[in-house]
Amino acid sequence: MAHVNDADSTTDAVMSTGAQPLDVATLRKDFPLLSREVHGHPITYLDTAASSQRPTQVLDAMREYDETTHANVHRGVYTIAEEATRRFEEARRKVGRFIGAPDPSREIVFTKNATEGLNLVAHSWGRTHLHSGDVVVLTEMEHHANIVPWQMLAEERGITIRWIPVDDDGQLELDRLDRLVDGAKLVGVTCMSNVLGTLPPIRHIADVAHAAGALVVADGAQSVPHLPTDVTALGVDFLAFSSHKMLGPTGIGVLWGKEELLNSLPPFLGGGEMILDVRKEGFTPNDIPWRFEAGTPPITEAIGLGAAVDYLGAIGMETVRRHEIGLTNYAMTTLADRFGDDLLIFGPADPAARGGVLSFSYRDVHPHDISQILDQYGVCVRAGHHCAKPLMRRLGVNATARASFGLYNDESDVDTLADALAEAGAFFA
Amino acid sequence: MPGLEDLYREIILDHYRSPRNRGELESPPAQRVEGFNPLCGDEIVVTLDVHDGVVSDIKIAGTGCSISQSSASLMSAAVKGRPVTEVRDLIKTFKGMMSIHESTLPPGAGQQGEGAEATIDVPEPEAIDIDALGELAALQGVVKFPVRIKCATLSWNTLAQGLDEIESAG
Repeated sequence: MAHVNDADSTTDAVMSTGAQPLDVATLRKDFPLLSREVHGHPITYLDTAASSQRPTQVLDAMREYDETTHANVHRGVYTIAEEATRRFEEARRKVGRFIGAPDPSREIVFTKNATEGLNLVAHSWGRTHLHSGDVVVLTEMEHHANIVPWQMLAEERGITIRWIPVDDDGQLELDRLDRLVDGAKLVGVTCMSNVLGTLPPIRHIADVAHAAGALVVADGAQSVPHLPTDVTALGVDFLAFSSHKMLGPTGIGVLWGKEELLNSLPPFLGGGEMILDVRKEGFTPNDIPWRFEAGTPPITEAIGLGAAVDYLGAIGMETVRRHEIGLTNYAMTTLADRFGDDLLIFGPADPAARGGVLSFSYRDVHPHDISQILDQYGVCVRAGHHCAKPLMRRLGVNATARASFGLYNDESDVDTLADALAEAGAFFA
Repeated sequence: MPGLEDLYREIILDHYRSPRNRGELESPPAQRVEGFNPLCGDEIVVTLDVHDGVVSDIKIAGTGCSISQSSASLMSAAVKGRPVTEVRDLIKTFKGMMSIHESTLPPGAGQQGEGAEATIDVPEPEAIDIDALGELAALQGVVKFPVRIKCATLSWNTLAQGLDEIESAG
């Protein structure tokens, strides 16, 4: 369950939702970008899985901080420096409470993005604990961000990577999981596939991994923005995610780790902020979480992320999730009705078993061409391999087109998508 | 604001729907070169025979979008039977046409990921004789869509790499 707090910064539209369906028409007014036009059409933004749009509340919070409070954090003794430090650390605690962190002030490490969070684990934990012959288990549906750092370690250390396969419905094949994780030191798994929307049973995987003595690092880049998240209930050891996919700014991400684990790890990057003392002979690392935050952190961005968490928390992640299941269901039904066998949606057939991410092929029209035609109608969808090439190979395609939803999308966006797809089909007929 | 008709000219759609010189030559003896677009996953395979300084045969395989496929098809029709020296000039001219607007693009936009780029000396835009390109001029509109330039140049970079390999082999 998401922890709801600081509801004061949100609009009436947000406040009035509660357990009710989202009032998307009103909520959209919070997102200035959604009022622009592209090629003479109102924008239909269906690429939230790549990056979400930001509400005025987030933009205003960042501007207000910059205009009234900005100074470097953890340094000055003057008033605004103290205020900046207090607000920065307050943002950290908000994020921690949002994901149910047992110690929100110590277990949240600010990074550049989810990718850097996963690299931090590979660097600090991996280089401490992984040696030649050790095994890391990944899934075939990981984003490159949770593959390549481990492949780099494999080259450097001679560790072995085992893969949890994906079945034809886009689910992980877990019947042999206990054998796959046997003897492994770490399991890396996404909480939501950025291509298929698949929601792997993280708790089950974590339990099996822990029984085998392996830790679990979870990629929450797609799940934290769209699902209620409680790290204790998930049972993982590390969780990485990005601000810019959850209504916050770019330039900041989060790595959550269990306190005792973070405490046991060496620093990531070296520099200011991450030390307690430096002598010519060496240095003494700082306490967590600052040990992992060398240099001046993204302060304004942390304020923005805090405001994004306030916004999502006030709506309630259960409400967000319910809205997106409904929308996914509508989209799958509409696209099937309109295009039949011409359009193939990859991943789980049950809308409630997936996130609001629809990768599809449409006849033999290349995804780049689909995306190009859709753009003429103001419809923004992603085309490509979605930084998940092992999964694309499993699916037997070079690329897919992908429409992904945010809380600001509604059924009219799906209808616009379907109309534009019909135009693309006619164009390449 | 460029329109779709600038990008998807009828001749391009024709070569996309009915690609010329499709397939692979037996290799060896043919030179076989693969090109990849790391951004979109498009793959192209060019196989070519060069005899007595002439590109005697060429075939194109692989998968990609309409722009990369039609550009490859148009390229194969344009170079087949031509002397290597003329083909190299044509590659330069085509690359020049594709770089006309690159000075206005952000760094890296429209650039290929592979090393083949380095072997092509791109002429100044004003030196390009578009008329000499014949049907290939249909791809001119692609430069108005910066992210698609790399689709159009993929097969050309791959061909240039193949010619280099044949030359260095000897």
